[in-house]
Order: sequence, then C-alpha cells, then structure tokens
Amino acid sequence: MTVGLTHFLIVSTLLFSMGLYAIITRKNAIMVLMGIELILNSANINFVAFSRFGNFGYSGQLVALFVIVLAAAEAAIALAIVLNIYKNLSTVNVDEIDNLRD
Amino acid sequence: MHESSLINISLFILFLPLLGFVITLLLGKKVKSIYIFENLIIIITFLSSVYLLFSKLSYFRTEKINAELEWFGFNNIINGTTLSINLGFMIDNITAIMLFVVALISMLVHLYSIEYMKGDERYNRYFAYLGIFTFSMNGIVLTNNILMMYIFWELVGLSSYLLIGFWFEKKTAADAGKKAFIVNRIGDIGMFAGILILFFTYNTFSFDKIFSSIGSGILPFNSDFWLTITGVLLFCGAIGKSAQFPLHVWLPDAMEGPTPVSALIHAATMVAAGVYLVVRIFGLLTADAMLFIGIIGMLSAFIPATIALTQNDIKKVLAYSTVSQLGYMIMALGIGAYQFAFFHLVTHAFFKAALFLGSGSVIHAMHHEQDIQKMGGLRKKMPLTYWTFIISSLAISGIPLTSGFLSKDGIIASSLAFSDLTGHYLFPIFSLVVAFLTAFYMFRLIIITFHGKPKDEHKFEHAHESPFLMVMPLVVLATLSIFIWYTPNPINSEQGWFLSKWIEKPVLHTPDKTRFDFMKMGNIESNLSHSYIESEVYKEAMHHSHLSAMILSGLVAVLGIFLAFTVYQWKKIDADKIAKSINPLYKFSFNKWYFDEIYNKTFVALTIGLSRVLAWFDNKIIDGIVNGSAFLTKHFSFFIGNFDKYVIDGIVNFTAYFNGFAGLIVRRIQTGKVQSYLALVIFSIVILLFIFK
Repeated sequence: MTVGLTHFLIVSTLLFSMGLYAIITRKNAIMVLMGIELILNSANINFVAFSRFGNFGYSGQLVALFVIVLAAAEAAIALAIVLNIYKNLSTVNVDEIDNLRD
Repeated sequence: MHESSLINISLFILFLPLLGFVITLLLGKKVKSIYIFENLIIIITFLSSVYLLFSKLSYFRTEKINAELEWFGFNNIINGTTLSINLGFMIDNITAIMLFVVALISMLVHLYSIEYMKGDERYNRYFAYLGIFTFSMNGIVLTNNILMMYIFWELVGLSSYLLIGFWFEKKTAADAGKKAFIVNRIGDIGMFAGILILFFTYNTFSFDKIFSSIGSGILPFNSDFWLTITGVLLFCGAIGKSAQFPLHVWLPDAMEGPTPVSALIHAATMVAAGVYLVVRIFGLLTADAMLFIGIIGMLSAFIPATIALTQNDIKKVLAYSTVSQLGYMIMALGIGAYQFAFFHLVTHAFFKAALFLGSGSVIHAMHHEQDIQKMGGLRKKMPLTYWTFIISSLAISGIPLTSGFLSKDGIIASSLAFSDLTGHYLFPIFSLVVAFLTAFYMFRLIIITFHGKPKDEHKFEHAHESPFLMVMPLVVLATLSIFIWYTPNPINSEQGWFLSKWIEKPVLHTPDKTRFDFMKMGNIESNLSHSYIESEVYKEAMHHSHLSAMILSGLVAVLGIFLAFTVYQWKKIDADKIAKSINPLYKFSFNKWYFDEIYNKTFVALTIGLSRVLAWFDNKIIDGIVNGSAFLTKHFSFFIGNFDKYVIDGIVNFTAYFNGFAGLIVRRIQTGKVQSYLALVIFSIVILLFIFK
C-alpha cells in the first residue's frame, strides 16, 4: 500500500477536527491556543500534500513555511493577550471572559 | 397783474377753509373760542374772493385762465402711449362770480351761526363742518376737470350729510342725513358712469380737451346717441345734488339740519352745484339731452311748487320752493337759456339764503317753533326780519325792481322764444304757472307768519328781534336782491353788465345734426363769439318774446300775491272751504304727492326685500355651505386622525414590538463567549455548505 494524497488529507482532517474540538470545548485559554496551532498545522499538511501530489512546484512548501512563521508570531501575541487577561481578570477560563458581550 | 397771481389767490381761497376745518376740528374740544379763528378764516376767504372777482373782471374779463399739474401718470398703457391724470384750475367769469357767491354766503352764514348756534354742545365742530363744506364747494367751482369735480362733489355730499345730521341725537335728523346721502349716491352713480364713458372715449378728464375732441368729431362709441346718453348720465349727478324730480325727496328732509346750514347748503350753494355742473358740461349736450334736462327741470319746478302750497312748516315751504327754483334753473339750461340759468342761480342764492336766514331768525325768536300755524303777527316784533323777508319774497316772486324779476323774466322770455323756435309750448306754460304758484305760496307764508294775530300768545310775548349778527346777513342779502347790482335797467337785464359783459356766452361743441335747429352752425357762423344766442334767429325770437314775457311774468306774480292777500289777509275766500271742496287734490299736495310713500313701498321695500332674500341666502345657503364644509372637514379630520392613530401608529408600533421581540430572542445568541460564537460560525458554515454544495 502506497501512501497517497487521501491519507495525508485524512490525517490533516483529523488534526483539524481535534483542533476545532479543542478550541470549542477547552476551558483553558492556553488549550484553545493549542487547538489553533493544531488547525494551522493541519493546513500546513494540506499545503505540503497538495504541493507534493499536484504540479504547483514548491509553492505549497513555501506557504507552509510562512504559516509556521505566522503561527509563531500569532502564538507570541496570543500568549501576551492571555497574560494580560490573566492580569486583569485573574483567570484564563474562557467561559468566565464574556466582556465582549457588552 | 399776472395770471399766476389769480391762480395763487384761488389756491388761497380753496385751501384756507380746509385749514380752518382742520384746526377747528382738532382744537375744538380744548380751545372753546377756536370758532373765532374759523370765522376769521372765512372772512379772509371772502375778501380774497372779492379780490379775485374784481381782478378777473377788470383785467382778464375775456380770458379763461387755466393751471394744471400732473397728479399721477401711467407709462406704456397701450403701445407706449402715456396717460396723465391732471389736477387743475380753470377761472372764467362764471367761476369768479360763483366763488364770490359761495364765499359771501358762507361768510354771512358763519357770522349768523355765531348767534344762532350759541349754547350748542358741539359749537366748534359745527364751524369745522362749515369750513370743510366751503372748501369742497370752492373745489367744485374752481376745477377744470370732471374727475376733481366728482371728488369735491362727494365731499360736499359728505359735509351736507354731516351738517344735516348735526343734531344726530334726534332720530329724524340722523335719518334725514342718511336719506340725503343715499339719494345723492343714486344720482352720482349716473354721473360716475358718464365720467367713465368720457374718460374711456377721450382719455382725459379736462372739460376743454373733451369739448375740443367733440368739436373735432370724436364721439363716444362713434354715435350721437351715446353722446346724448353721456350728457343725460352726467346730468343724473345734478338730479341728485340739485334735488330734481324724481330724486328731490331728500331736500325737504334735509331741513332737519340747523337753519343756517339749510341757507348755505340746501338753498344757496350746494344744491346749485348741480346747476353749475350742467353749466360746465353744457357744451356737450345734444338736443335730446337738453330736452330731457328741460323736462326734468320743468317737472321739478312744478311738482314742489304745488306741494309748497299746503305745507305748514316754514322751512319745508322754503325747501320745496328751493327745489322748484332749482327746477327753474335746470329747465332754463335745457331750453338753452344758459346765461339766465346762471343768473337765476346767483340771484336765487342771495334771496333764498335771505329767506332761510330770515326763517331762522323767526324760529330763533319763537324758541324753535317751526309751524307757521302757531305764529302770526310777528311783523311788529321783528321789523328787520320782516322787511328783508318781504324783499326776498318779492324777488323770488319776480316783482319788478328785484333781481329775481330779471332772472325769472329772462327764463320765461327764453322759454317763449324756445317754444317759438321749436314748438315745445309746455315750457312757457309751466314756467308761468310755477311763477304764479311761487308768488302765492311765498306770500301765504309771509301773511300767516308775520301778519294777523299771534296764535301762541306765550311764545309771542317772548319773541324779539334777533341780535345784530343775525340781522346783518339778512340786510346784506336782501340788498343784493335789488336789481341795481346786475343791471342799470330794472326791467331788462340783457344790456346790463352782468349778462352782456360778465357771464360767458354758451358755446356748443356737439355735431351739427344733434342740435336744435336754431343752434345749428349755419345760424351762428356769422357771429364772432360762436354762440347761438348771438345768432339773428335767436335774437329775433328773444326780441319778440321779451315784452310778452315781461308783462306775463309780472302779471302772474302780482296775481299770485293778490290772491294770497285775498285768501289769507282779507279772508275774502275761505282757504279751508276750498281745501275741503278739492279735498283729494289738497291731500295729494299736503302729502307731497305721496313720493315718500311710493318710494317706501317700491324702492325701499324692494331693497329691503332683496336684502332679506340675500340675508336669507347668506344665512342658509352660504352659511350652510361654510358650516357643511366645516362639518365635513371636522369629520374627515377625525377619520384621518383615527387612521393615523390606529393604522399608521399600529404599523410603527408593530415594527417596534416585532424588533423588540426578535431582539429578545436573538440576543441570547450573543453570549460574549468566543467559543459559542465560533461554534455558531462553524455550524452555519456547515449548513451553508449543505445548501450551496
């Protein structure tokens, strides 16, 4: 059995679903951020897989690299936000942070 | 001496009385003696008019002085033509004489009133009214155009109204004022229509310009008939103002005013304005119009003369006599006796003013008793009043040596000549009958008032001669009723200065075919003044009729006086018996030919009936429509209001409620929790994917 595009897509789908699940269900903001990382990485897998099996050259790998860089920046900013939320509200439980409603 | 000085002096004469009026009216309540100012003003006016008369007659006797200024103008009426409405004066000899007459009588009446009106609570206002009357009358006399004449015409009507109703607490006086004003308005409508026709045709109000246009053949609507109509319509003004039949009914009622006012306005000057108007428009009268004027004048001379026979109010007798004499003048104008008509106007102004002021003196002495049946024997108590009354009565009756004889004889001679030339023989007959009646009723009045025994002893005891200021005017006016002021020859006035030198001769401007035969161009072309009275035909006719007129008019006057003495002085004939034997006629005369009753039953009743119908129409129909529309509007508004309240507001409120309700539901979605938003987004995306797959 050879590993084809479908297998990559299944793996990325699983990763995406898990990330989404983590984002929606986790109470801890850190866990939510980790879910986001998962989703980003599932997208990366998709990029690389399509790049490998399609005839786009190396564009997919290149975008994946960008995404990794972006993810690092996003993680830094997100963690800074979480840190500030904790400073102000003394919690990182997303259920208790509903100030956006007002 | 320059023409402009005459214009200046006439401006002075016109506006001084206005000044007097304004000042006396404004200060009347505060300054009790302001009436002295008004009297001074009128004396100055009189002196100015004397000056004007003398300078006009001595320096400008044959000239006609005109002065005009533009009142206002219009540009671009039709095709760039301009139209200007002018104010202006025209001074010819007739104007100067008339101004003198008005100013003199006005002055005498002012002085007379100082005594007569003493103690009246509106003493100063009375003098103010006399002032505005003099102003307006001078305006009528001085003007050179018919528009200004109409304006002043209405102003004299107004002052007449104010003075008739001066004692307005008395209902009869207030009513008489209203009657005079309304009856005058009826005549004025005709005059106004005539003015409109003239203005429409000639684009000018000026007498001279209208005459020269008629002379050059321009006629209203290009027809002789309309020229006649114009003349008759203008004459309607004179019918009203000069109290001619059938509008004569206001003048006897006007006697409700103070007696000096009756002398000034309702005997000497204002009522003569109608005659003056006809004198001014004489040039445009056609033969038909003149005949109409003559007939109206004849009836107006005859009817009131018969009424005056039976009246017992001293002022009513004089009032009817005034109407009768005015009818004489109007008739004279109708038959072409232009000069004699104006002559009679002047002489009548003096002796009738004397008669009225004399009656005022009697009324004053008898403590406001006007019924002659309650007087009698006043001759000895009031000799001056009596003698001036006698002289004036001789003048009005037409006894030789008086002014009245000259003018009346002239009119009768002209009527004889006229009947000779045209065959209208009724004019001389009626003028002789009226002359007879006049002599009779005047001496009936004198005998009952001054002769015989006093009927009311108490009042007789207190009767006395009036004070100087009341007697002086009587003497002046009676003196002016003597022939010598007008002509050196007591039985023939035609060679006298008044007729041959002073008064202008009549000149007609009408087309030849619309004139009486003897006035046609062919007859008058030979003479220099272009007046038909200088033509051979007319001169000859006058010459023929002169002697017979003199004899006849003298005879009827003497006969009338003699009859009056037989009946009332010597009692040879019992007046009551005659009255009974011709009872219907007596009643007819006593009740003034039932004119008032007829007018009340017809015109007044019709007008009131029409007013009722119109009032009903107003009340029911117009008000109904107005109320109905109000009702409809109200209910429609209610409907619209409810529609607004329930439907429109309902929709608006429903929208609000719906949104509120929807908000209630949808707001639950907005939890503020990021995760639930995300879940919703994903859920939505899944649904959208299913829909748009």
